[in-house]
Amino acid sequence: MQKVGWDEVSAGTILDSFSQEVDNSALVRPEDRPYADTNSYTASVADWRVLKPVYNRDICIDCQNCWVFCPDTSIISRDKKMIGIDYDHCKGCGVCVEVCPTNPKSLLMFAEQDDNEEALSQWPEKKKKGE
Amino acid sequence: MSKTIKNLKQFSTANERFEGAHLLCPGCAHSMIVRELMNCTEDNLVLSTNTGCLEVSTAVYPYTSWDSSWIHIGFENAATAVAGAEAMYNAKKRKGTLPNPDAPVKFVAFGGDGSTYDIGFQWLSGAVERGHDFTYICLDNEVYANTGGQRSSSTPIGASTTTSPAGRVSYGEKKMKKDIVGIMGAHGAPYVAQVAPNKWKDMVKKLQKSLETEGPCFINAMSACTTEWKFDPKDTISVSDVAVDSLVFPLYEIIDGKELNITYRPKNILPVRDYLGIQGRFKHLFKPENQHVIEQWQKDVDARWEYLQRREEARV
Ligand code: SF4
Ligand code: SF4
Repeated sequence: MQKVGWDEVSAGTILDSFSQEVDNSALVRPEDRPYADTNSYTASVADWRVLKPVYNRDICIDCQNCWVFCPDTSIISRDKKMIGIDYDHCKGCGVCVEVCPTNPKSLLMFAEQDDNEEALSQWPEKKKKGE
Repeated sequence: MSKTIKNLKQFSTANERFEGAHLLCPGCAHSMIVRELMNCTEDNLVLSTNTGCLEVSTAVYPYTSWDSSWIHIGFENAATAVAGAEAMYNAKKRKGTLPNPDAPVKFVAFGGDGSTYDIGFQWLSGAVERGHDFTYICLDNEVYANTGGQRSSSTPIGASTTTSPAGRVSYGEKKMKKDIVGIMGAHGAPYVAQVAPNKWKDMVKKLQKSLETEGPCFINAMSACTTEWKFDPKDTISVSDVAVDSLVFPLYEIIDGKELNITYRPKNILPVRDYLGIQGRFKHLFKPENQHVIEQWQKDVDARWEYLQRREEARV
């Protein structure tokens, strides 16, 4: 997208969410939307992260606690299933890990540069009561 | 028409209308609240936002994070802007010039506590008094977080802010938090409520009720602020849990300015000390010379809870 200087911006600016008319965005799934390049969906905040959440599908019970509390719309859920993390928009806050109720957790924080497969191979065992 | 949302699984099928890569801090409760609002209805939304964290972070040129019509104007004008849009919508409907007159539309304004309790209060009061059909949601983080953490009239006693700093001669903010829910209830608005995003079910129910209610509705939403309350971003939900369980943020609603209902009663009421102890802004209160402030806090919270219960019983 072409960026312009502060003194070239008109007073009062309209930013389009979509590049074509969308009748009611609540009825269109994100993957079917014609996002305009002025929609922050097309941008990334991945470089904010120091730690990243890694998701372990094998333990997840699809409770959607992580989905409802993620401040960055970065837990992707479809048809009542949690299907993964949107690493373009996740800021690595760690809220999803805190609210995940499984034992061991289905989401854990790892260093941003760690390999996800490797992280999954080091997943902790189930904790016993009082541990 | 509101959707029926019985559980989280069902809630999670909503098509998100608030996009990522906004620039709110990691762990910010503002976006949790906005997402819960935009995901609890499938109606078209016309939204406005006062100057504040939410506004500066979600419309950073050249990007918008909103998938619904949204306007930002002045610090004081979220209520006015949305009231104007609502009035125009009704006029066009009357004249038959709306392209899609049967599509359900809801009007919602967002403001922080700075713009709601202080700077935009007169405009909010006016819009509610005129009776526009809209919902005003205050994202209450008890501070001017966007401009560097100055106190607002929502800042509670004892909090250290950049304009009420704690130090050798002061224990921080000296004044009590303004009772905005009571004030809005006193307008006789048809629906006024206090919510917290961690209690999502209670919150969604109240948000849906405010959208369905005709006339002006007011929601005060607790928004735990990791930057100014000074806690780790991952703890937004646990701090919010302690806030409602210590009754620092009681959850209740007021209907037509009269009927008050408490909507959440904690099973184990936590001491206010637990709430203060997990936030850096209250750290200095734990010095021996400031113990009286903690005692005062507890007394105030107890008195407020007693008041709410009596109002609930009295139905007046
Ligand atoms: S770390 Fe934070 S931003 Fe990333 S997915 Fe989890 S809750 Fe969302
Ligand atoms: S909170 Fe944990 S168990 Fe629940 S859906 Fe998310 S990852 Fe799965």
